Amino acid sequence: MMAVYTERPQGSRAERLTSFSLDDIAVPTGREEEWRFTPVTRLAPLFEPAHHPDAVTMDVSLAPEVEAEVVPTTDPRLGKAGKPGDRTAVAAWNATQQAVVVTIPEGVAASEVTTLDVRALTSDPEVVQILVHAKPHSQAVVVLDHHGVGTVNETVEMVVEDHADLTVVAVQDWDDGAIHASSHRSVLGEGARLKHVVVTFGGDVVRVTPDASFLAEDGNVEMVGLYFADAGQHLEHRLFVDHSQPNCVSRVTYKGALQGAGAHAVWVGDVLIQAAATGTDTYELNRNLVLTKGARADSVPNLEIETGEIEGAGHASATGRFDDEQLYYLMSRGITEPEARRLVVHGFFAELLSDIDIPEVKERLLASIEEELEHSMTAMTSGGK
Amino acid sequence: MTTLTIADLQVGVATKDGHKEILRGVDLTVNSGETHAIMGPNGSGKSTLASALAGHPKFEVTGGSVTLDGEDVLAMTVDERARAGMFLAMQYPVEVPGVSVANFLRTAKTAVAGSAPPLRTWGREVKDAMERLRIDDAFSQRSVNEGFSGGEKKRHEILQLELLKPRIAILDETDSGLDVDALRVVSEGVNRAQAATDVGVILITHYTRILQYIKPDFVHVIIEGKMVDEGGPELADRLEAEGYDRYFA
Repeated sequence: MMAVYTERPQGSRAERLTSFSLDDIAVPTGREEEWRFTPVTRLAPLFEPAHHPDAVTMDVSLAPEVEAEVVPTTDPRLGKAGKPGDRTAVAAWNATQQAVVVTIPEGVAASEVTTLDVRALTSDPEVVQILVHAKPHSQAVVVLDHHGVGTVNETVEMVVEDHADLTVVAVQDWDDGAIHASSHRSVLGEGARLKHVVVTFGGDVVRVTPDASFLAEDGNVEMVGLYFADAGQHLEHRLFVDHSQPNCVSRVTYKGALQGAGAHAVWVGDVLIQAAATGTDTYELNRNLVLTKGARADSVPNLEIETGEIEGAGHASATGRFDDEQLYYLMSRGITEPEARRLVVHGFFAELLSDIDIPEVKERLLASIEEELEHSMTAMTSGGK
Repeated sequence: MTTLTIADLQVGVATKDGHKEILRGVDLTVNSGETHAIMGPNGSGKSTLASALAGHPKFEVTGGSVTLDGEDVLAMTVDERARAGMFLAMQYPVEVPGVSVANFLRTAKTAVAGSAPPLRTWGREVKDAMERLRIDDAFSQRSVNEGFSGGEKKRHEILQLELLKPRIAILDETDSGLDVDALRVVSEGVNRAQAATDVGVILITHYTRILQYIKPDFVHVIIEGKMVDEGGPELADRLEAEGYDRYFA
């Protein structure tokens, strides 16, 4: 359904408070719209600024054309990709003492993937701040990888200048017990393109909130996400695309599988088309595949449209149970049940995987999906279906 | 030589009003190379017989036996039945999004043969079989049954019959929804499979049309869950002319 608002509705993303100041954004109770699906008590260690420098290490592997530096938080390049929009984001911003800035110089196409490997060494709360700055007419792929049993609050800023083409892949491959919140904020210049990929497999509570906004016309943002929630895991992805400029395009495609008691996935996709954003073309889609009983997926697309002069706007959301007829069909051809399940789940993610055309990342993803399926086979054979 | 023996098979489904009996004691023996047509009006239990033989979980077997060369088929899981040599060409093949036909066929062949088919010869074998069934090359990269027309679905079922080489094949209303040309192509596929592997065929159909292309050795009539008549091909001709009315005296 589509509605053109003359007055902004209550809870409108346009009206949502954003701020760099901790005092402006209160600790949530869980009753707030943006926290209502989240187990806030489990995420509580990230609500206050906390800093344990020995808790996290970062290994950086740069493409030869790409530069990286560690800067103090007073660096004027920071804070240009929008303000924190929730308590964890503002707590992260205020706890940070230094940031890693990755720069792709003007006109340069990086010849290799740049990887930032974040590893938690202890579960003491720590903050990570990263800025990926793609200068005009540059091109690069940057992968952020996360491992370990950490309590990590993160800010990732992406500044994509005019006609730059940036791909950022964030992989949340935490070990059991990890708690993680990450605010991804991006701005796109004229004709800029951002492909933003989020992959979440591991961690007890993981909440990633990617925001995208446009500074000029003809920007293009593609947001792709893949997640696999196991028993007891809460994996949340909350996106916001702010169309404030004319003729920009956004595409959001998130797919997740869930298995096991208490597995919980949350996807919220907010898209705002402001009055000035004529010629906007946007579509968002979320699909969930529930493999076992006891898992729950919440999926909420929101589209707010303040101008009628757009190219297109739509959304789709569906959550389906594992289809026993598919299983029957495959098994009737001699394929064993675990193998049939594997085929169906791979099939569910196939389209997404073909969208992620970075071989290193794709192989990792396939391996992670395999690993998740191993869990479900074990659960099945031990009778825990 | 393979023999499938169905004896006094009783099958029902669970409904909200309790168990509903559909097959009330079916007997049928099928040997390698034979073609048995099972004919009957709507609701007579034809498709239930097909699904029960394949092991669809919806159906409850309450009595009787099914053996394949003495092995208890009813004790086998769905995939074990296929690996034992049974095949069901389904009336309503199921869509499996994201799984390509090529991947599906290779996985199924590996499962029934017990080892992966040799890469060199397998590709050629699939291509040839597809060509004979007038299936376009691009088909192998499409998702299984997704967006297939009715005719494409049926040809894909017969493609599997030719490639998986079962010992006993059950064709559940393979002729429904096919135009004359598609019916001929599909029937030729079944005849080829039988000539090549001596597969025993149970051909379930509502109409006699397909019997012009696939010659049955035996025709059985099923009414209200029981076999009520049996004969040679001439019985099909009589059914064509007279319908099933005389069985409802």
